[in-house]
Parts: sequence; structure tokens; C-alpha cells
Amino acid sequence: MLKTFIIGIVLGLVATAAGLHTYPVVDQKREPSIVSVAANGGNVESFHVKVPMDRIMIGEPGRKVPLPVGLEWPEDSMLQNVRIELFKIRNARDTVVGVAARTAADDGPTQVIDWVVHLPARGSVFVNMSPEPVEGGYRVGKLRAGSREFGSLNGSLTERWLPDTSGEEDAPQGRIELVTAFVGDPDAL
Amino acid sequence: MKYIIALILGLLVGAAVFAVGVIYNPFVLDRGLSPLAVTGAEVLALNFSVIPSDAIVFTNNGESRQKPYPEKVLQLWEAPIRHTSTMATVLRDARSQTTGIGVKFSSLSEQTRLLEGEALVDSVWYLYLPGRGSLFMEQSENYWKFLRQVGLPAYQSSANSWKGSWLGDLTVGPGALGTARVTGGTGTLQGLQMEGLESLSARAFSVEEGPIAADGRLLIELPAAADDSAVEAATE
Repeated sequence: MLKTFIIGIVLGLVATAAGLHTYPVVDQKREPSIVSVAANGGNVESFHVKVPMDRIMIGEPGRKVPLPVGLEWPEDSMLQNVRIELFKIRNARDTVVGVAARTAADDGPTQVIDWVVHLPARGSVFVNMSPEPVEGGYRVGKLRAGSREFGSLNGSLTERWLPDTSGEEDAPQGRIELVTAFVGDPDAL
Repeated sequence: MKYIIALILGLLVGAAVFAVGVIYNPFVLDRGLSPLAVTGAEVLALNFSVIPSDAIVFTNNGESRQKPYPEKVLQLWEAPIRHTSTMATVLRDARSQTTGIGVKFSSLSEQTRLLEGEALVDSVWYLYLPGRGSLFMEQSENYWKFLRQVGLPAYQSSANSWKGSWLGDLTVGPGALGTARVTGGTGTLQGLQMEGLESLSARAFSVEEGPIAADGRLLIELPAAADDSAVEAATE
């Protein structure tokens, strides 16, 4: 019986090691990317935010109805010209796939509009938008930096507000459409 | 029958011995001093509280130890973001003056390897510093040392808590020296490529609530070639 017990200990050691080695401790749920190829090269992917249901936070000074309820924006004068919004991000199939932050600030003569989009299974992108919208109501920004899957890419992101026109009772007010167009670094080829 | 019971007991003992071995693995290296701690370059230091109720907003899946704040904030319960937390917080300088605002997105990493002493989190910071510009910091964090030296003693304590003084670096990459990659977005820091580091100073931890008294710090090494005015503005 002692021999069986010792064999059990060895099996327990081996099985635990094999289990920890084989099965991932963390397994992020992945949604298949919905990518199309741009005519001039690169991959195009579309995301959107349903407003107001995907809004996590609107942080700005003097807001009468805080979102979320109970939020207290710092009263520091340094943050008086800053507005930060946090959102959930959906893919083209309307599935939540990530979170994002949009910052709009007046910094003296400079107007700042930045997006950070974080897709847990893939990585993050950091984009500076041009403050002036172009024809069609788009605002265009340049990919400044990315992490993991997006680390070696170049490209742009556009944002556009699309008000809801369905007239349905439970429809959102509209959506913020984000379209990324990324291309790999040609020097890496 | 008694052989089966002996085998099952042996399996349980073996698994327990292995778990103890992993937790107290002496071969897990302590990386020691961070390269940013001994750099001669200008360093931008940004302090913040890691306690959810000190943040402007903190949210996660609502089932984790750290509870979302404010209470009614939207929770990240959908499957693709269930292992993610989001925090917006005020950043302060060494004199506790407000320097800016930071947003942190953290997700449990699939690269986690407990056998190798790696409890990894993939995270990014967006930092907005009025008058200076915006920064993006991407990093991998390793919480193994924190879990072993703070979390485990809290579990072992009859009070289910830990009190003491723990200071450690969390950042382990993606930089070759175990530093974070920082990119300047706008303002005087625009276009700069820098290295960064996040560290944690904990004084109290509860099994039920997570950190009770703890502060975080971001160190960002400004490049020597940066415009002098940018360096002065960032470090004043």
C-alpha cells in the first residue's frame, strides 16, 4: 500500500506539472477579426460604439448629470479643459470586443483629440486625431503607437458620428464609427 | 479499495507538494534594481493611488476582488473583456500636485506561466499632462512577486489580511531591459520614444478587497536628445 501511495505522489507531481504546462491559466475569448483589404494596401477593420449604452464614463468639469452616477471629476484647474470618455467597443458583428478612451482637450493653441483602443486578445492602438473634420464629417488620425499585434503597424483611424435614424423605441441615439486602416512596416519584409 | 484510496491520497499529496514547490520556487529570479532607478537621464515621475475608490473610475467584470467604483459604473462582463479592468485616475508629482490624468487598461495575459513565476498582465496607459502633451505606455506586468510576498501571507493570516511595507517593480517588458515602451503623442513630448516603468508600494492588503493602502508610480525616462524645453517642462 505504501508503494501505491508513493506512486500516487509521483503521478500527482507529474499530472500537476503537465496540467499547468498544457492548459493556459488565462484564455482570452477571441472574436474572429472582420477585415477587408484596402485598394491601396493594408487591412481595414470597422468598430463602433453604441451611444449611450456603451458609454462607461464621461469625465469633464461642470457636468450636471455625472456618468456614471457618483462620479466626481477632479476640481483641479489643470483639468478644466479636459474631457475623457471611456467606452466599450463593438466589432462589425455588434459584439463587444474591447474598451477605448477618447480624450479631447484644449491645450493652449493646441487642440488634442486622442483615441486609445484596447482589444484584450490582440493589443492596443494609440491614435492622434486631426481636430478639424474632413468632408463627410470624418475626423482622421494617425496611428502613433500600438502594442502586441499592432506593434509593427502603420496607418490611420477615422471617427464619425452617425445618428440613429431607425426611429425604433429602444434604438441608441447613434453610434461612433471607428474605421482602422493599418499596414505592416515595409522595411520588415 | 484501500489501494485506490492510497493512490488518490498520493495524487493529492503530489499535487499539493508541486503547488508548494511552484509557490516557493527558489529558481524564480528576482530582477533586482530597475535600470531606470540608476539612470542619469531626466525622469518624469507620476504618482497615483491603486485603490479603486480613490480613482475617478474603476471597472472590471464585477466579480473580482476589487469592486467597481463608482458602484453603478458599467461593468465589463462580456466574454472578450471579462479579464480586463479599466481605471481613470489623477496623476500627481512628488509634491502631490496634480500633473495630469491617466487611463489604464489591463488584461490578464495569455503568456502567464506559473511554472516560471510569471503572473502576467498586459496593460497600456494613456497619460494626458496638460501643458505638456499626451503619452502612451505599453507594458507587461508581472504580479508573481507581489502575490507571493503580499497575497499569500494575507491568505495565511487568520485576519485574512496583510500589513507591512512592500515595494516592487511590476513592469517586465516589452523593452529588452524589462522596461515599458513609451510614445509621445502630442505637445512637447510628441514623437519621442521613451522607456518607462510602473512600480507598486503596498502597505495593507485584504483577501476580500485587494489592496487597501497602496500607491503606484510611473517613471518615464526622457530621452537625452529631447528638446531642452520639453525636458524642463516635463520635470519641473
